[in-house]
Amino acid sequence: MNGKGPEDARDPAAPPALEWKFAQVFGERTAGEEVQEVDIISAIEFDKSGDHLATGDRGGRVVLFERTDVRAHGCRRDLERLDYPVSRHPEFRYQTEFQSHEPEFDYLKSLEIEEKINKIRWCQTANSALFLLSTNDKTIKFWKVQEKKVKRISEMNLDPSQAGGNDSSASSSTAGPRACLPNGGCSYNYMCNDFSFPPGGFPSLRLPVVVAGQETSLVAKCRRIYAHAHDYHINSISNNSDGETFISADDLRINLWNLEISNQSFNIVDVKPANMEDLTEVITSAEFHPTHCNTLAYSSSKGSIRLLDLRQSALCDNHSQLFEEHEASSSRSFFTEIIASISDIKFGKDGRHILSRDYMTLKLWDINMDSRPVATFQVHEYLRPKLCDLYENDSIFDKFECCLSGDGLRVATGSYSNLFRVFGCVAGSTEAMTLEASKNPMRRQVQSPARTARSLSSLTRVVRRGAESPGIDANGNSYDFTTKLLHLAWHPTENSIACAAANSLYMYYA
Amino acid sequence: MAMIDEPLYPIAILIDELKNEDIQLRLNSIRRLSTIARALGEERTRKELIPFLSENNDDDDEVLLAMAEELGVFIPYVGGVEYAHVLLPPLETLCTVEETCVRDKAVESLCRIGVQMKENYLVDWFVPLVKRLAAGEWFTARVSSCGLFHIAYPSAPDQLKAELRSIYSQLCQDDMPMVRRAAASNLGKFAATVEQSYLKAEIMSIFDDLTQDDQDSVRLLAVESCAALGKLLEPLDCVAHILPVIVNFSQDKSWRVRYMVANQLYELCEAVGPEPTRVDLVPAYVRLLRDNEAEVRIAAAGKVTKFCRILGPQLPIQHILPCVKELSSDSSQHVRSALASVIMGMAPVLGKDATIDQLLPIFLSLLKDEFPDVRLNIISKLDQVNQVIGIDLLSQSLLPAIVELAEDRHWRVRLAIIEYIPLLASQLGVGFFDDKLGTLCMQWLEDKVFSIRDAAANNLKRLAEEFGPEWAMQHIIPQVLDKISNPHYLYRMTILQAISLLAPVLGVDITCQKLLPVVIASSKDRVPNIKFNVAKVLQSLVPILDQSVVENTIRPCLIELSEDPDVDVRYFANQALQASDQVMMSS
Repeated sequence: MNGKGPEDARDPAAPPALEWKFAQVFGERTAGEEVQEVDIISAIEFDKSGDHLATGDRGGRVVLFERTDVRAHGCRRDLERLDYPVSRHPEFRYQTEFQSHEPEFDYLKSLEIEEKINKIRWCQTANSALFLLSTNDKTIKFWKVQEKKVKRISEMNLDPSQAGGNDSSASSSTAGPRACLPNGGCSYNYMCNDFSFPPGGFPSLRLPVVVAGQETSLVAKCRRIYAHAHDYHINSISNNSDGETFISADDLRINLWNLEISNQSFNIVDVKPANMEDLTEVITSAEFHPTHCNTLAYSSSKGSIRLLDLRQSALCDNHSQLFEEHEASSSRSFFTEIIASISDIKFGKDGRHILSRDYMTLKLWDINMDSRPVATFQVHEYLRPKLCDLYENDSIFDKFECCLSGDGLRVATGSYSNLFRVFGCVAGSTEAMTLEASKNPMRRQVQSPARTARSLSSLTRVVRRGAESPGIDANGNSYDFTTKLLHLAWHPTENSIACAAANSLYMYYA
Repeated sequence: MAMIDEPLYPIAILIDELKNEDIQLRLNSIRRLSTIARALGEERTRKELIPFLSENNDDDDEVLLAMAEELGVFIPYVGGVEYAHVLLPPLETLCTVEETCVRDKAVESLCRIGVQMKENYLVDWFVPLVKRLAAGEWFTARVSSCGLFHIAYPSAPDQLKAELRSIYSQLCQDDMPMVRRAAASNLGKFAATVEQSYLKAEIMSIFDDLTQDDQDSVRLLAVESCAALGKLLEPLDCVAHILPVIVNFSQDKSWRVRYMVANQLYELCEAVGPEPTRVDLVPAYVRLLRDNEAEVRIAAAGKVTKFCRILGPQLPIQHILPCVKELSSDSSQHVRSALASVIMGMAPVLGKDATIDQLLPIFLSLLKDEFPDVRLNIISKLDQVNQVIGIDLLSQSLLPAIVELAEDRHWRVRLAIIEYIPLLASQLGVGFFDDKLGTLCMQWLEDKVFSIRDAAANNLKRLAEEFGPEWAMQHIIPQVLDKISNPHYLYRMTILQAISLLAPVLGVDITCQKLLPVVIASSKDRVPNIKFNVAKVLQSLVPILDQSVVENTIRPCLIELSEDPDVDVRYFANQALQASDQVMMSS
């Protein structure tokens, strides 16, 4: 490590920068079209295989997309294990949508509960059915989405039109040859118990014949509702690798649920102080480790990440690890605390790294090093002088999400003016792209010196780079704080990103 | 065109509704599948109905669940045990659905059918089914297969047995934790059918793998099979194979695993024999009683009596009692509460001397606990201690606690204690009761919470039953009747309620002389609610009183009420009048 100086910019281990191309857009806005508040996308999530994508919006809807370029169903067991090669870039098509949450009113607390979907998480697929969890501020729902063949039923015993007189349930879907009742429509007595059956049965009775059609329809059914467990707004849900439990986190508490049990949850973290005036820190995001079922990370508004070991005790008030970077006191300002708040954390697929996003930066942590992040990426450093304005118009409280690529080589996060940034995070990588959520993502790409003055201690592998020169303004683009790209997700196995610009879902590949 | 005779009409509808759009009607049809089967006859049931059900398995989960349940008892309708195997295909598909409860029910039904099947049919039909499920593409099928091995295994020939064992061991190493969990939780059942020789070799190595699984949830279930396996093995083998594992588990990093150990440990004591129990299990148990995690201590404390019962008097006094003493002042109220609910059972185990010396102080400190749950748990088990330490000692220490609980801030606590009063009264006797508890019982009649007043009225009835009408005349009636002049109508209503409950117990004379006049007087109350309650009470008194009393006293009063300006009063008065008419007519 000692030998590595600035020349590790040419480190052969670092993969070349990716060239991002536009793949697809769903719900593109035509010029001058006004965006309906309810249509704004508020959650994006790929499933584990990357064959499905779900988005949630402020109107409480969940929209599912399915990948179309995968080889027609290979061995399912292979799919379960998530390894199969694909030659082309992923393409998706609209699959179905359903209304997940409705606006509600909590009469006890006189609170309106918005229908906005805060998070979506996919659960283990079983058979051909998809399962996912969606949550708004208060209520988590477990959905099963299943393809059903459209069926026609024929060969009934009774003509429904005649039986209708005493059987309100006559099915309207019956078709084909119908049996006729001699004195149809007459009243009849329900069978008495001593009704005797001949040993051979009644030959005149017949079972309905079901003809399966070619068409299928997707049916979404809410299987379970996990409600009334959160006093504050739910900011995260996360599945455990054991396949049977998940957590939900609000500002002050984290609860543990069993997927099968909706009337009981266990509180595992409670940071609520006895006196609310002593409150200094809230939970902003929480996620389970991808493979260790007992490890859980949560981030706080003070910029720290805590790693919990659920084995230690039932109520995890004591963290097993604390990740925090101590800012030099000289650089402190009024905004220091506000912008330190972490809006999102994500585990890398390997489970060794945690990516965190605060207002100005993206930080990559190694869980073996809690003193500082292994890499810090400036997302929009040019905004630092404008923090005052951002505070005035509340933009400083925007919660940007972040994501890692499936191979763990790159990270991405959003910014304003519908921009998002992709950084290479392998030691030595200089990749730092600025992309725009539009049909021409590279439009904003400015070849600027990606690497700024590196910290003096080249012994540490801490790198600080990607600080954009403020010259981007010179392109003639003014910053637009109303068009912010908060939500994005990286495909689990390929270099493909889905991101939300207001009501539009843009997909890119490299 | 089929002609349906009229008597068949209902069945025809039932059959058609198997495919109705309304799920409620489909459910209804599925629940009456046996009727449909009888109407079709055995042969057509086998050839048409069962295949029909196999094909139509994409219904809603509720319908599938009902179908899985019905098929479990369907053998008589397909022609008896000879044909039982035709039921397997539909259940096999139900074993693969996504919903856990449907799969569980299908597995249960398959087991139910499997135990009735003849050996050669099992080999021909059941074993292949288990193998197919175990090799299923989706984890759902593999999960279901785990619960079927214990049925398939015993009748299989040797070679097939070896294959089944190796399949099971693969399931225990499945990629999906759900499958490993199912394998772990069914291991005990499967092991019970496996021959001794393979038990030690193969099953124990499967078990060892499970105990080292990296998923807590799998290890937890492995703990559960410890006890089951322990019972199957010879004591010596058990000591060699299971004991080290459980001792290890009792120090597992995960509190959930230790929690399971605390729950299960006592079951192993018998399997390993007295000496290893003393050397290994008692120290392990003591550690669990002193665990850092309150949840583990709760589980351990809850088993303290069961554990001691197995050990006999000596070991507990030496090793367990000191821990129990610590637990009685544990920082977690839930631990104390768990201890309080079982500690009484230790008295008979330890004998009188040890109980008075050691247990009584613990017991008294729990009785004075600041949390009502703890005190309640003690009081609810009083009968067990009464026999050991005697009433005098008990009443001295008990009374303050009861009085305090009776006035507790939380109405649920008060409610709980009221429900124990009749039991206490019977144990403590009339004398004690009169002195100390009588006033409390009266006090509750004027509680602020309806449920308490309601329970208090009921309590008076049960006391009257316990001590007889004579006693009630002296100690209850005067005080109760006094309270009818309470200025608040809700309390007057409670008294009416008490009267209607007491009347049947006290008999005709007392009712006529003491209770009825009060009720009649209340019919002049200014509050309509009281008046219509009078009507209701009178209605309830009619059957137990003499006809002359009804005629001369009750009916005039009801007739007056039936002309009341208030509509509700008129309604209930008329109801009571009608009821009394019927009683008169029938007598």
